[in-house]
Amino acid sequence: MSNQNVLEIKNVDFFYDDFQALENITMDIEKNKVTALIGPSGCGKSTFLRTINRMNDLIEGARLEGDILFDGESIYQENVDVVNLRKRIGMVFQQPNPFPKSIFENVAYGPKIHGVTDKAELEEIVVESLKGAALYDEVKDRLDKSALGLSGGQQQRLCIARALAVKPEVLLMDEPASALDPVATAKIEDLIEELKNNYSIVIVTHSMQQAARVSDLTGFFLMGELVEYDKTNKIFENPADQRTEDYITGRFG
Amino acid sequence: MSDLKNENKKSWTSLFFDPKIRYMNSKKNKNGLVNYVLLLTTLISLITTIGIIIILLTDSFHFFEQVPVFDFLTGTNWNPLIEPNKSYGVLPLVAGTMMITLGSALIAIPVGLGSAIYLTEYASTRFSKIIKPIMEILAGVPTVVYGYFALTFITPNILKPIFPNIQTFNALSASIAVGIMILPMVISLSEDALNAVPESIRQGAYAMGSTRFEVASRVMVPSALSGILSSFILAISRAIGETMIVAVAAGMRPQLTSSFLKPIQTMTGFIVQISMGDTPVGSLSYYTIFAVGLLLFLMTLSLNIISHLILKKYREVYQ
Amino acid sequence: MADLKKKRMLTDKIFKVIFLIFISLGLVVLAALIYDIVSKGMVMLDWEFFTRFDSRFPEKAGIKAGLFGTIYVIGLMIPITFFVGTATAIYLEEYAPKNKLTDLIKLNIANLAGIPSIIYGMLGLGVFVRYLNMGRSVLAGALTLSLLVLPVVIVSAQEALKSVPDSLRNASYALGANHWHTVYKVVLPSALPSILTGFILAISRAIGETAPLIMMGALTFVMFTPQGIMDSFTVIPIQIFNWTSLPKVEFELVAASGSLLLLILLFILNGLATFIRYKYSRK
Repeated sequence: MSNQNVLEIKNVDFFYDDFQALENITMDIEKNKVTALIGPSGCGKSTFLRTINRMNDLIEGARLEGDILFDGESIYQENVDVVNLRKRIGMVFQQPNPFPKSIFENVAYGPKIHGVTDKAELEEIVVESLKGAALYDEVKDRLDKSALGLSGGQQQRLCIARALAVKPEVLLMDEPASALDPVATAKIEDLIEELKNNYSIVIVTHSMQQAARVSDLTGFFLMGELVEYDKTNKIFENPADQRTEDYITGRFG
Repeated sequence: MSDLKNENKKSWTSLFFDPKIRYMNSKKNKNGLVNYVLLLTTLISLITTIGIIIILLTDSFHFFEQVPVFDFLTGTNWNPLIEPNKSYGVLPLVAGTMMITLGSALIAIPVGLGSAIYLTEYASTRFSKIIKPIMEILAGVPTVVYGYFALTFITPNILKPIFPNIQTFNALSASIAVGIMILPMVISLSEDALNAVPESIRQGAYAMGSTRFEVASRVMVPSALSGILSSFILAISRAIGETMIVAVAAGMRPQLTSSFLKPIQTMTGFIVQISMGDTPVGSLSYYTIFAVGLLLFLMTLSLNIISHLILKKYREVYQ
Repeated sequence: MADLKKKRMLTDKIFKVIFLIFISLGLVVLAALIYDIVSKGMVMLDWEFFTRFDSRFPEKAGIKAGLFGTIYVIGLMIPITFFVGTATAIYLEEYAPKNKLTDLIKLNIANLAGIPSIIYGMLGLGVFVRYLNMGRSVLAGALTLSLLVLPVVIVSAQEALKSVPDSLRNASYALGANHWHTVYKVVLPSALPSILTGFILAISRAIGETAPLIMMGALTFVMFTPQGIMDSFTVIPIQIFNWTSLPKVEFELVAASGSLLLLILLFILNGLATFIRYKYSRK
């Protein structure tokens, strides 16, 4: 229960009906660090990410055994407030998914549903979040225009701003740059570097180079198992497990 | 490639037949015949529309030769059959139609949208699978049976206990029945509209920590608004054109009243009434049918066009 | 903060209940309707109901005229509608170029689908009964009903044709088949189950139609069955309509018997359509 770990995953098994997608996952996510999850397609890393903010609840037949502690408290108990959980643990998706509303309304959505009604306060939050996502300068003159008019990279940063607006403690990012071009990707990676000062970030990525660039810790998933989890340097320079080494060196995946 | 020369010669046929396909017809004669048979059957649909317009216009014309359009549209006394004071103000019929439409919309629109939201955000797939066929059955019940149900069940068993003064033929029971009749339509079209919103947007809303109601009301419905509105308008148009339910249950009394407990007559009800009677062809009373029919046609046509325009112009485009 | 939370969760729960009630409303009404029709309809439903004509006396009233009329009219209507509807859909999906004329035709058909059924009755009256001098005959009735359900049949057949994958067409062309051959021997058979499903549902709707037939002059009190397509006729829903407007209370029960018959027919046809849909969707 040290305050270094914002999330503790304990022996998690995850099933879609009869299919077991995750097997005995145990790991601790450290506070204010960037943790990367790598592995070949279909190995369960996205599924695992979604167990952290219970987005899998939306899928019928999804079932979890084991436990996940957030700030020391179990998030899979009977009367856990899932709505609040998702406020404290934010998520950015692979494909940018802004609402068909204005840029302002997109970012203001979160604060609004969580009770902020004062116009001045909302404006402040929106501006702050957009700055935090390094998007403000590019959109400050068109906050009332539709978010769908932004480029892919801008939309993704908007989604990040939207997630930041509710002041989460953890930010889950599911391959956030995979749909973007290299320039936009670089911007997102710089952003992640800055964000970790205030947030704990867990990022799923299919690019090992990206994991090596941005993360402090890396976990390697293979067929639903967490094969190895350690400091990023260690994983990439001197992996302990042969399967990790095979993946890193490109023998498969 | 030699067919290209032929295509230039017969350029008018490329209006009706896709040029890319023609060059696959090697046995020209036999397939030429088939092509034209198919084209002719398609033209039947065009001829239908033209036929409707011609019939309505020419026979209404005979009516408006004798009754000024202004009197027709603004008169509040509708008495086209009974001497001595025949009167041709259509407003009581229009009012009757509006009452039924309003009453049915008040039922079908909230219940329909609410049900669609329940099906898309709250219900399990098992529940939806059971509901769908039931809704299809509800949509398939013949309108004359709905009318019968309104007259012999809704009025005596449900309405009379609440409103003792209600008359046997009344606007309320017909409104309720029409509302139920158009309900499956609202549900099905609204559901389609809601399902057309990309799943990623829905997931994004949940990931922000929204309740199901917030996702539905703040994100899904606004994102599907054009489809939902269009479904409302189409349902209203259907209610306006509904005939048998009102003919059986709402009465034959064209009167301007705001009370739903009294009998009224709708435009459609009147048309049926005349058709059942002995109105000599060519008499003014006969042509009244077509004048009312023309008005009815124009009303439903406008609504259908508006609905189509809303969809076309405001349909949300998701990359 | 906690208060807002409670309020939000409460709102969510309240609306869940409200929406659930809404959905149940439709179910409850359907149940009430079926219960009402069945309980009243069974009272006077016996074999003689089907073999007797209408009568001034409710105990002696039967649906023979309407039954035969419906059989004649719908029977005549089925081949007409199926042929014209499928042919139009084939033209629109497989032959027509993507130009403004085709858009216009499609728009026109969509529009026709939204026109009230009674207007079709006026069309039938003006064109078939009067102008083409068919009189108030079975033929005129069948043609009127055909026009009425045609838009729906066309649209659903179009959907069925659209869902046939192009790979099937390409395979046929690659074997040297020409366009019509491909359409007739490959595309159409593949789309046929869906076309049939939509068609059966349209026919079940036509069976219940009353207003357009009243408009074009189908009779209400009929003591004969049609012998040929130029004879006058009545149909089941018109007899029901007639019975509901009669003052004698017992006719209410007779009307219920007629309604029960209609509902049973509807059920059978819907079931048939669903059966076809499920049997062929595995492919």
